[in-house]
Amino acid sequence: MTTTDTPVNNGVNVEALLGARAALTEAPEAAQFQWRATCEWQNGTHSHSTVEGFFGLGEEQSHRTRFSFDADHPEIFASQDNGVTPPELALVALASCLTAGIAAVAQNREIQLRRVSATIEGAMDVRGVLGADSDVRNGFSDITVTYDIDADASPDEIRALVAQSQKRSAVYDIITNPTNVSVEVR
Amino acid sequence: MRTTTVVIGAGQSGLAMSRCLSDRSIDHVVLERGAVANSWRTERWDSLRLLTPNWQCRLPGYAYDGDDPDGFMTMPEVVDFITNYATAIAAPVQSGTTVASVRRTDGGYRVLTDQGEWQCETVVLAAGAFNVPRVPAFAEAVPPTVTMMTPMEYRNPEQLGEGGVMVVGASATGVQIAAELRRSGREVTLAVGEHVRGPRTYRDRDIHWWMEAAGVLDERYNEVDDIVRARRVPSMQLAGSPERATFDLNALRNIGVKLIGRFAGINGSHAQFSGSLRNKCELADLKLGRLLNTIDEWATDNGLDDSTPPPHRFAPTKIDPAPPLDLDLARGEIETIIWATGFRPDYSWLDVTVLDGKGMVRHDGGVADSPGMYLLGSPFLRRRKSSFIDGCRADAQELIVELTAYLDRRASPVRA
Repeated sequence: MTTTDTPVNNGVNVEALLGARAALTEAPEAAQFQWRATCEWQNGTHSHSTVEGFFGLGEEQSHRTRFSFDADHPEIFASQDNGVTPPELALVALASCLTAGIAAVAQNREIQLRRVSATIEGAMDVRGVLGADSDVRNGFSDITVTYDIDADASPDEIRALVAQSQKRSAVYDIITNPTNVSVEVR
Repeated sequence: MRTTTVVIGAGQSGLAMSRCLSDRSIDHVVLERGAVANSWRTERWDSLRLLTPNWQCRLPGYAYDGDDPDGFMTMPEVVDFITNYATAIAAPVQSGTTVASVRRTDGGYRVLTDQGEWQCETVVLAAGAFNVPRVPAFAEAVPPTVTMMTPMEYRNPEQLGEGGVMVVGASATGVQIAAELRRSGREVTLAVGEHVRGPRTYRDRDIHWWMEAAGVLDERYNEVDDIVRARRVPSMQLAGSPERATFDLNALRNIGVKLIGRFAGINGSHAQFSGSLRNKCELADLKLGRLLNTIDEWATDNGLDDSTPPPHRFAPTKIDPAPPLDLDLARGEIETIIWATGFRPDYSWLDVTVLDGKGMVRHDGGVADSPGMYLLGSPFLRRRKSSFIDGCRADAQELIVELTAYLDRRASPVRA
């Protein structure tokens, strides 16, 4: 058996995150962020969204580059399938948020990750969005995320990573709790 | 009037400090708005018993010496215990004295009461950490047809109508009230957020026995990862019942209490619940697993494995596959909501700039961030057991050292 003292490295700078937490605890105004996206209709159900700037730490900020996302619907909905459906984007948001959280928590707990794979499934009765049955909600009736994780940790420690990641996840909170939404027209 | 130390509050904390002050011949007075053990007399429901076993009721120079060491005191018994302590230690309690303000002066503090004014060098805040119920702001949006109550007003099921009850919060308070109301025949729904699961007994011994023996209750405030968070963790789901029953969510579910997610908000007349119930239960199950691992390791290391039943684990918390996320409060199924959502201290009389942004006293292990001011009886003040009677004992015995050193420094200032 060989033992090495290689430090745990999941590519997360925990010291920076803990430093930010300490700094923002003292300066709550700097912790006020605003995330933004813009969306342009293309044709049919196809839209093109971009994300570049955001506000935080008291000033305008920008991603390193402009990211863009196409959304559409598949051909079985008589669309042209130029992109994923918006509910699928929501699933992507949840899975990527939880996965980022797992990496950060693992780093903080000094657990080396080798592989983290998630499968995310959202069940939906589309009679809701089609207006075919007003008793059916538009959104997901149920979301299931299944993780497959290879790490230097016991099964319970891995379950605790996943549980803690949910506790600190923005998108998990966004999806599980109500949010006031204002949609206005200029 | 002038004294060296004013202690505010004649509960277990203030009296423990009084005894420590007397031991060192420090002149002091204990101011009490009502009678000794006032909160225990006036702010508790009828069936409540202490969470900690009788043998663990220890105060400086005093301990339970009755014939039921493994039992749990009723509220009248707690009041007797604390009142007898006050008598035994001849505590200089001035009851019926409400503090109106505490201010800094050049030499210390000025404590203004409805019975006169005190000047002192040091002041000990021991008025309790659970004075005012914390109720979420959206409670205002609950339809007026629903009766609302906090655990401070709740006394027994007879106070309530026969209709359904929603208990919000699954700490020790929430689970005990939910169980009592369910046993009274009412439909009970329990809204569950973050909670701490605990069995009353494990391997034939009380969970508090194990937690004390394994050093969990004595874990110190400067040894935990995140003390700010540790101080806000809800109380473990325990009750002191003669049957030594466990009050976890599985036990509640077995008697027919409906478990739903955290009460997240109100939209119109609709109560909305978080979809996070599974995660909250998983977190609590895992945390309990870690506690039992600690206990089992300690038992092995200390040779208890031959004399106690073998380790085992409790069944995971069972929840419905799809607990409701929405409940129309206008439909009348819920007649009463009980907000068991925690308490906060009342410092409305504290005119000293020592409160943080959340209205809590800034302190380091009870040494407040204001010279000569000390805090007692607050969760995880110096150790995990700080909010228990036994915790007051340990904390007062350490804080008296700090307080005495402060007085000594003032008496003989170091010359530059």
